[in-house]
Amino acid sequence: MGAEEDAIPLSALQHAVYCLRQAALIHLERLWVANRFTAEGDVLHAVADKGGARRARGVRRVMSLPLASARLNLIGTADLVEFIPGPAGEVAFPVEYKRGKPKLHRADEVQLCAQALCLEEMTGQPVPEGALFYAHTKRRVTVPFDTELRALTQNAAQSLADILASRITPAPTAHKSRCRACSLHEACRPETYARPVLAWRDQMLARSLKDISE
Amino acid sequence: MKKLLNTVYVTTEGAALKKDGENLVAEIEGSEKARVPLHMVASVVTFGPIFVSPALIGTCAERGITIALMDRIGRFQARIEGPVSGNVLLRRAQYRTADDAVDVVRSIVLGKLANQRAVIRRGLRDYGDEMAAPVRDALERASDRIEMILRRVQVKDDSIDLLRGAEGEAATLYFGVFNHLIRSPDATLHWTGRSRRPPLDPMNALLSFLYTLLTHDCRSACEAVGLDPAVGFLHRDRPGRPSLALDLMEELRAPLADRLALSLVNRRQLRAGDFRQMDNGAVLLTDEARKTVLTAWQERKKEERLHPFLNEKAPFGLVPYLQAQMLARHLRGDIEAYPPWFWS
Repeated sequence: MGAEEDAIPLSALQHAVYCLRQAALIHLERLWVANRFTAEGDVLHAVADKGGARRARGVRRVMSLPLASARLNLIGTADLVEFIPGPAGEVAFPVEYKRGKPKLHRADEVQLCAQALCLEEMTGQPVPEGALFYAHTKRRVTVPFDTELRALTQNAAQSLADILASRITPAPTAHKSRCRACSLHEACRPETYARPVLAWRDQMLARSLKDISE
Repeated sequence: MKKLLNTVYVTTEGAALKKDGENLVAEIEGSEKARVPLHMVASVVTFGPIFVSPALIGTCAERGITIALMDRIGRFQARIEGPVSGNVLLRRAQYRTADDAVDVVRSIVLGKLANQRAVIRRGLRDYGDEMAAPVRDALERASDRIEMILRRVQVKDDSIDLLRGAEGEAATLYFGVFNHLIRSPDATLHWTGRSRRPPLDPMNALLSFLYTLLTHDCRSACEAVGLDPAVGFLHRDRPGRPSLALDLMEELRAPLADRLALSLVNRRQLRAGDFRQMDNGAVLLTDEARKTVLTAWQERKKEERLHPFLNEKAPFGLVPYLQAQMLARHLRGDIEAYPPWFWS
């Protein structure tokens, strides 16, 4: 069932794949720090968010299409879904706009795949592939929704659901390089996570008492 | 590192604050006296009858710029805030912890005592050679006794009431020798013991004013990280009292406010003539002196120090924010305790 307000936003999945703690800070603790990257993303999406449908070369293009999956308790909006005519009726093909260029991690692919899972549940038709459009390279990268990506997506949704239910913010990602590029770095303070404060406090006191007395 | 933004202090009676495009503009008698881009402003503090335009209030509320209104003598009157930034889980954790906060209180008291002692040690280091032997001994004794209390707090005091008692004991010792840290030859600037509401002598007037400024900054820091400034650990809840802001302030009073008061007086930037006495015995800073203090306060906030726990350089002005953030991360379970801010 899952009350609508408890549904997980599709955009949270890419955060969850990138770093579960980042997803928790944004969606559980509501900490959000805008930076250049997020601002660029907003501008990009303002273009896609105009909505509406139009037809090009027989393909029906729907912008800002609301999506949901009751099974995975997901909710969100697709930037663009193309409905391509085929022998067995229309085939949905989601397209997600991203700033920058293709990444080494699979967060963008997972977000797109989650859209496909929603579309499959909503239309009852298979959605075999979609595309990521990167603003920097101005190119579409086709993403096949294979078994591996589908499993990764469902796992991300499950991990995120578990965290939101437990209300516990997990440890930072083990990928230190991701922390450097993270817009939440300062609110997260990964370097302080689980640091032994009490031992540090005793040490500081000892130093303060010794240093200044002599 | 978060940027230290400006606090705009307005002390001129009858001044008008307005919004002009993306700027905050201060006018006096219809002519523009100052103009600050809003993206450089963290908060606005007004003293006495100052006009604040509705457009400016709206914009500040929207952008999280707080407006605090003080009366002419610097007593808090009101605060205008936009929608509260919501981390309801953090607030719940704060309320739960507030009912059993020995650990957090211990950190706060340890930080406060260590910093009070450090201020005494600093006085000894800087002027010890010029001091008469009995004065030096008095300072040494106070420092030693605070050290004993510190060690007791560290290992033994295990109830909040005991910790509050330790804090009080140390404050008596500290303020008992505070006069020895004042180097001004001006007899009227000498210390006669702590008095507030109203402050009855110049040093108390100066300290009270600085504490008001620090309270404002600590309160804004609580809000900025999503903590409820009204629910404290060391300070008991009382309607209208920003108990958590006062808690956060405890470790910062001596190094930030007391040290600044001492240096303003010792460097003779403030003299007896900078204070005036009211009919009820209350002592106030003159308008001119208040400007001197505000300028010095702003400068002090820009000074950079190594944050002992984060191991990062940070301006003094960001310390309340960083400490609030550490407290929030502790309450959310990231770290086992609240790391005090040790001044050195």
